[in-house]
Parts: sequence; C-alpha cells; structure tokens
Amino acid sequence: MALKITAGCVNCWACEPLCPSAAIEPASPHFYIDPVACCECAGTYAEPQCASICPIEGAIVDACGGALNPPGSLTGIPPDLLEQARARIRAR
Amino acid sequence: MESKQAGPERISPSNCAGRGCGGGDTLDRLPAAIRERVHNHPCFSADAHHHYARMHVAVAPACNIQCHYCNRKYDCANESRPGVVSELLEPQQAAAKVAAVAAHIPQLAVVGIAGPGDPLANPERTFATFRLIAERTPDLRLCVSTNGLALPETVDTLCRYNIEHVTVTINCLDPDIGAEIYPWVFWNNRRVRGRKGAEILIEQQQLGLERLVERGMLVKVNSVLIPGVNDQHLTEVSRAVKAKGAFLHNLMPLIAAPEHGTFYGLMGQRAPRASELRALQTACAGEMAIMRHCKQCRADAVGMLGDDRSAEFTRERIATLEIDDDAALARRAATREAIERRRQAATPALVPVATLSPPRPTTRAARIAVASSDGRRVDQHFGQAERFLVYEVDEQGERLLDDRPLARYCNGAEHCDEDDDALAPALAALADCAMVLCARIGLTPWEGLEAAGIRPNGELAMSPIEQALHAAHRELADLGALSVDEPQCATLSA
Repeated sequence: MALKITAGCVNCWACEPLCPSAAIEPASPHFYIDPVACCECAGTYAEPQCASICPIEGAIVDACGGALNPPGSLTGIPPDLLEQARARIRAR
Repeated sequence: MESKQAGPERISPSNCAGRGCGGGDTLDRLPAAIRERVHNHPCFSADAHHHYARMHVAVAPACNIQCHYCNRKYDCANESRPGVVSELLEPQQAAAKVAAVAAHIPQLAVVGIAGPGDPLANPERTFATFRLIAERTPDLRLCVSTNGLALPETVDTLCRYNIEHVTVTINCLDPDIGAEIYPWVFWNNRRVRGRKGAEILIEQQQLGLERLVERGMLVKVNSVLIPGVNDQHLTEVSRAVKAKGAFLHNLMPLIAAPEHGTFYGLMGQRAPRASELRALQTACAGEMAIMRHCKQCRADAVGMLGDDRSAEFTRERIATLEIDDDAALARRAATREAIERRRQAATPALVPVATLSPPRPTTRAARIAVASSDGRRVDQHFGQAERFLVYEVDEQGERLLDDRPLARYCNGAEHCDEDDDALAPALAALADCAMVLCARIGLTPWEGLEAAGIRPNGELAMSPIEQALHAAHRELADLGALSVDEPQCATLSA
C-alpha cells in the first residue's frame, strides 16, 4: 500500500517535510515516493499528509491510480459548476 | 505562497518621479523612532528606494495555504512577479549569494525571504539562512514576508533572530470574503477548506500581528486588491491593522493573466484599474501610512527596486567569485555614509527634526551606553558585552565619555542563570546611564536594568552607533525623560 506522485507534480516541496515515514524525496522530473517506505500515513494521521498539503489536483494517486485530490477538490469548484463560476468571476 | 502578486510594470528608479513615488516620502507621517528604523529600507521608504538595494533569497519553497492569485509552479526566468524564482537555494547557497551581491552592490541594505512559498512554512530553511547571513554580512537588515498562518508560534523565533521587519499579507477580516480568496489552508495536519479555513487563517494573521507589535517588531501589511472580492472591504482592513499597530499598509493590485496559470487568471478574474487602486490608496491614506512605490518583486529579486539584477548572480558565477567579506563590509559602510550625506543635502525637510525646534535646546543631554564589538555598530548581546561605550548625547550630537570594561556576566552555559548577582557589575558600570543600546538582551537583565532606572533598548540592533544614539535620544525625549524643566532620576546625576 503506497501512494505515488504523478507528472502533475510542480516540485514545490510542501509534502517532503511532512511525511512521517520520510518516504518522499526530490527527484527528476518530479518528487518521488518510496513505495516500500510509504504506508499512506496509516496509524499516524487520519489523512495522508502529502495529499493533504499538495496544491495540485491529481498529482498524488493511490495504488489503483485514483487521485486523492480529484478535479475541483482543491479549487473548491466542482467541474460541472466551473462554467457558472467562471461567469460569476468574469462579471466582477 | 506569500504575496504571489505580480506587477507587470517594471519601473526604473529614474522614472519614478513621473510615476508618483519620487516626491515626498509617505514615511514622513511616522514617528521619528520608526522612521529611523526604516530610513534605509527600500521597500518601506519611498525615498530610500532611490538609494538602497535589497535582495530576496529563494530558500522557502513549501506553502501551507492556497491563494487564488498564486500558481505553485513558480520556476520561471522571464516573469517578474512575486512567488516566481529561477532556482531554489539551500541556506548555504543563499548566504553565499548574499555575500556575493553585498560585495558587488554596496548599496545593499536589506535581505528578505519572501518565498517562493511561505517562509514560516519552511522554518528550518528560513532561520538557517538568516543565521548564516548574520554571520557573514552582519550589517544587512533582515526581513521576512508571510501569509501569517504559522506566524503566532514563530514570533519568538523571529525576535531571537533579530529580524526587524515582518510583512504579513492580509487580504480580509471576513471569512466569507476569505473563502473567495483562499480555497484551503493546511492546519493541524489536515486540509481545511472554504470559510472554515479562511477563518483559521484570519485568526492567525491577526494574532500574529498583535504578538509582533507587542514585541516591538515593525510590521507592514500587504493587501491584494481584488475587484468584486475585497475592494469594498480593504478600508476596514486598513483601519483594523492600523489599530493593531502595523506601521505601513501596502495596497497592491491583483495581477491575473491566463498565462500565469493562477486560478484567478484562468477564471477571468479582472485586475483592478489604476484609478481603482489609486482611489483605494487615497481612501486608506486617511487611516494610516500607505505605500505607493511597491514594485511587486520576484521572490529572488536582486538590486534596486525596479532594476532586477538577479540574472547576474547565478550559482555558477557566485562559485567563481572571490569575496573579501571585511573589505566588502567597509565598502558598504562608506557607501552608506556617502548616501546619507547626499540625502541630507538633497532633502532638508527630512533631516533635522531639531532644526524645526526653537534654537534653545528643549531637551537635556543624556548618557547612553552602547554594547558594540567594533565601536561602529550596536552589535553585541547585552550579556556578552565585555565593555560598554558611554556617550553623552544631546540634540546637537554625541560625545564619547568612557569605554567601561566589566566582567562578562554571561560565561556560557555553566553560569548562564542570568541571576541578579551576575548582572551587578553591569548595573554598577551603567548606573549613570539613562539607556543602554544592545543587539539583544534577555528578559532577566532587561527587568534588572529597568528596576535600576536604566532603559534597555534592543531595537536599534546593527545600526551605526551615531545614528542609534540620535534615535535613542529622541526616544528618551519623546518619553519626557529629558525635559529641561524636570530633572530626572538616573540620567545625568552620577
């Protein structure tokens, strides 16, 4: 059971110091989670720490490839309401 | 990310007069003691930015909140916006870069950490950097910018590192407005979204501001003007932060272009018109000192405001430079003296507060002691000073009376209980002084000095002695301790 960082990662470093298993390291082209060390914060935190601070939707995925921060979860705007929100913001 | 607000305009210093910042200094309205402390800070004093340079070192990548005006993909050589950098530095590399810039740009007065993330979300890297900079280039002033989320618990550390200025970006007091700006904050190991997250951030910002002011730190508040979001709200913010003791409010226009990849940019949020910004600045100017010359720099900017020279100081180039820190320090001191002579000659209105007074002295002279290792700057910890320079200071100037040696009362960990007996030699040596200036001082000796009628002052740390003495004399005068009619206790009587 381990999380994985995808190509969406912007190398912002936010996750690295938070990992209780020290499983995250800088790498090229983007940060890397050691799959042996990662325990998805089980037993330490209620929510995986890397995914709780990551600013990029879809950049951290579980073993099945599912995004821990799916589209709309970090902007606060669900995809089906995006156009509505854009219209509201443009009217400002 | 801190103040990830972008300014498209790059204004060279020579253009400033025509752009509304070359005339009077907004700081004219500040109390003399604060003016003295920001006199050569290009980001705070509109006049100083014509003379002094600053640099940001990009050592703090991580951020603990998301602002809708910020894109965390910050690595870019061509854009000039806050939060954008070309490369991230390790603390050692940052200190080496500062030493290199300080040796090549003798006008350098200030080093700040402003990102590209939030400096206080990267406390180890940020404070290691400040420590290394203070060792190699002790005359440079240090400052830090933050979103405020981690501020309250970092205040003690900031004070320990002798950071004199802190900028907090405060865009709102109302969590409903905050929810439109900050989609989430990372708090107590959880992501907290929407209104609740904004509420936490706002509380932390206000608490941090209060604590900083309590500790005598100079606090500037940055606010990003976002049309339709906080434009009607910022006068209230201005009033509130002034009431809490912020000394300067910097209202910055939102920069939101699709190519920046920010939420606002992609969603079509408009930036304010210049007239909207000016109107708000004018409306808030009734509340407090407003800054109008901000250039919204990159998080790795180098040089004079509006004239970024960061491209000249790449890691590769720095590695090839041989730097004599002592020679560079002397050169900076000489440069500052020359600048101050020029400024005094050019702007008589700014200079002698004393000349505005009646010719007869209105205050008495005071004896003021200084803890200094080199006789030039207020650079020593009170407890580590082996001698004090004692000056007689009046409105006209200062005169060195004594160089008083004493037994060092802090002899390291074994004896470092800071008890009263240890303080006794210093109290005896300084009995006739009204004030003692030092770089830092512990709480116990602070209280001991105050009990003995000697005012401790650590606020002028690293200032040139002459300048510090004048500020200290003015402070004593403002406190009413030097009025001609009322002789006071410990000032001159010994």
